[in-house]
Amino acid sequence: MERLRKRKIQNNIAIGFSLLASIIGLFWLVFILFDVLRHGLSFFDLNLFIEDPAPPGFEGGGMRNAFIGQFMITGCAIVIGIPFGILGGTFLSEYGRMTKIGRLISVISDIMISVPTIVVGTFIYSLMVKPLGHFSGWAGSVSLAMIMIPVTLRTTEDMMSLVPWSIREAAFALGAPYYKVIIQVVYRGAIAGILTGILLSIARIAGETAPLLFTSFNNSFISLNMEEPMASLTVTIFQYATGPYDDWHAMAWAASFVIILAILLLTVLGRLLVIFKYSSK
Amino acid sequence: MKQVKTTNFGDRFFSFFTFCAAMVVLVSLAGIFISLIFESWESLSRFGFFNFIFTDDWNPVKEVFGAAIPLVGTFITTILALLIAIPISLGIAVFITEICPSKLKAPLSIAIELLAAIPSIIYGMWGLFTFAPIMSEYIEPGLQFVFGDIPFIGPIFQGTPLGIDVLTASIVLSIMIIPFISSIARDTILLTPQVLKESAYSIGTTEWEVIKDVILPYSKFGIYGGIIIALGRALGETMAVAFVLGNRHAFPTSFFDATSTITVTLANEFTEADSNLYMSSLYLLSLLLFVISFIVLSFAKFIVHKGSKKWNG
Repeated sequence: MERLRKRKIQNNIAIGFSLLASIIGLFWLVFILFDVLRHGLSFFDLNLFIEDPAPPGFEGGGMRNAFIGQFMITGCAIVIGIPFGILGGTFLSEYGRMTKIGRLISVISDIMISVPTIVVGTFIYSLMVKPLGHFSGWAGSVSLAMIMIPVTLRTTEDMMSLVPWSIREAAFALGAPYYKVIIQVVYRGAIAGILTGILLSIARIAGETAPLLFTSFNNSFISLNMEEPMASLTVTIFQYATGPYDDWHAMAWAASFVIILAILLLTVLGRLLVIFKYSSK
Repeated sequence: MKQVKTTNFGDRFFSFFTFCAAMVVLVSLAGIFISLIFESWESLSRFGFFNFIFTDDWNPVKEVFGAAIPLVGTFITTILALLIAIPISLGIAVFITEICPSKLKAPLSIAIELLAAIPSIIYGMWGLFTFAPIMSEYIEPGLQFVFGDIPFIGPIFQGTPLGIDVLTASIVLSIMIIPFISSIARDTILLTPQVLKESAYSIGTTEWEVIKDVILPYSKFGIYGGIIIALGRALGETMAVAFVLGNRHAFPTSFFDATSTITVTLANEFTEADSNLYMSSLYLLSLLLFVISFIVLSFAKFIVHKGSKKWNG
């Protein structure tokens, strides 16, 4: 009986440990979210969105330029990234399904998803910033698109592979060519999953800072010109948080709050889409 | 599931079109390699590869550059982060799959995965303004008090606890990689056949014994893979570490020393490099980081692949 008791105690310790581990994980999440919420809300006001930054040392000001810049850079990255991602994913799951090059691209994409984003920044710097001699919004968009493409590509591939092969065969039997089958049957079956992948990849690039540091850089004035350096929320947060002024820190918190809200919204929306899609069947 | 014959014009066009889109991934990989080698060539030919790696001097004024300190800093923070994150993530994965009531499973997994959705700059802000002060006021003096006088391990708890140091950076990094390890571990643990677990329970084993002797051996490749992917992530993490590690070009001798990593050096100095050699050396750092993380991540893919092959035929 001594042995049994020992085993039971061991078991309780192990279960207790895994419970503790989960509590630690949740603790960090709640701690970080609550902290951003607390600081963000206390500095949050309308001026953040409608005013440009005040010169250092002056009261007030906002981050209108950074919000607009963030939208333009991310928006262009999405416009560049999504077609490549979806079409590439289509190749991997359909035409290139059995080919070696298809497998290779799939594996490389998996690796590219986790490659350090700052390396992408240095690459785009040498490609688009150095030859032109100045930072530009386009460079920022291209580097974000480069991070986005492998993510969308892999989710599209996975989601399209989930569409049963027999459905394609049913369409073939009616005499449809493969491209029509893909566009009219496979896309339709996989659309919810592909959309989720897109939302998650947008959530991913919306918070990226490192690749923007050397590409779109920063701009304290409002600018709609993608050829010029452009402010983004994340780089501005980095600049303000490491700066010496208290109201800079306050604005960095408020901007962090907005970013985290947007990203959590996208993430939850993406997840709900999946749940909704699969529970309605 | 055979290859579909595609002979008509529409298919030829569409397959070529999608093929080109997919090739973008390979082209960008090749582009990164070529451009980083090209840009770092000046530094590479000036210092030589091994000399660059083993030189611990980083002096823009004298134009002497070496990667030893950022490399060591990168590895120390990464390994410490893994040591902290692995037990916690495995505990979470086991709790979600085996112990927690089924109603709580989905919310708990989503909550843990939300940790991965938080952008690294937020981790950095939080680390700098909230976590670092807590570390320097309470936790680090406490650790120093407990461990500071013990022989051998005492010295790594010496120094003034400022909060901007190796320990804080590693803890913040560990929080960021918990979701990677735990979600992959959870997915592979779920692959363990129910029959195996039930037969173990039927001979009277406890939950812990099932976990230790049935589930973990069964899912070990997936878990290794998850750990290595997390390692790759931690190596390349920039913003969170940039806030809380300081950017000090010196080897850390204790947990409470500031130091530098490859990513932190890049983030802080890339736009300030004023000579070609300086710039080229930064590119060489970037190339090193890229090659290291590429190798690490390929290895992870290989292990996960090997694991899934072993069990599925």
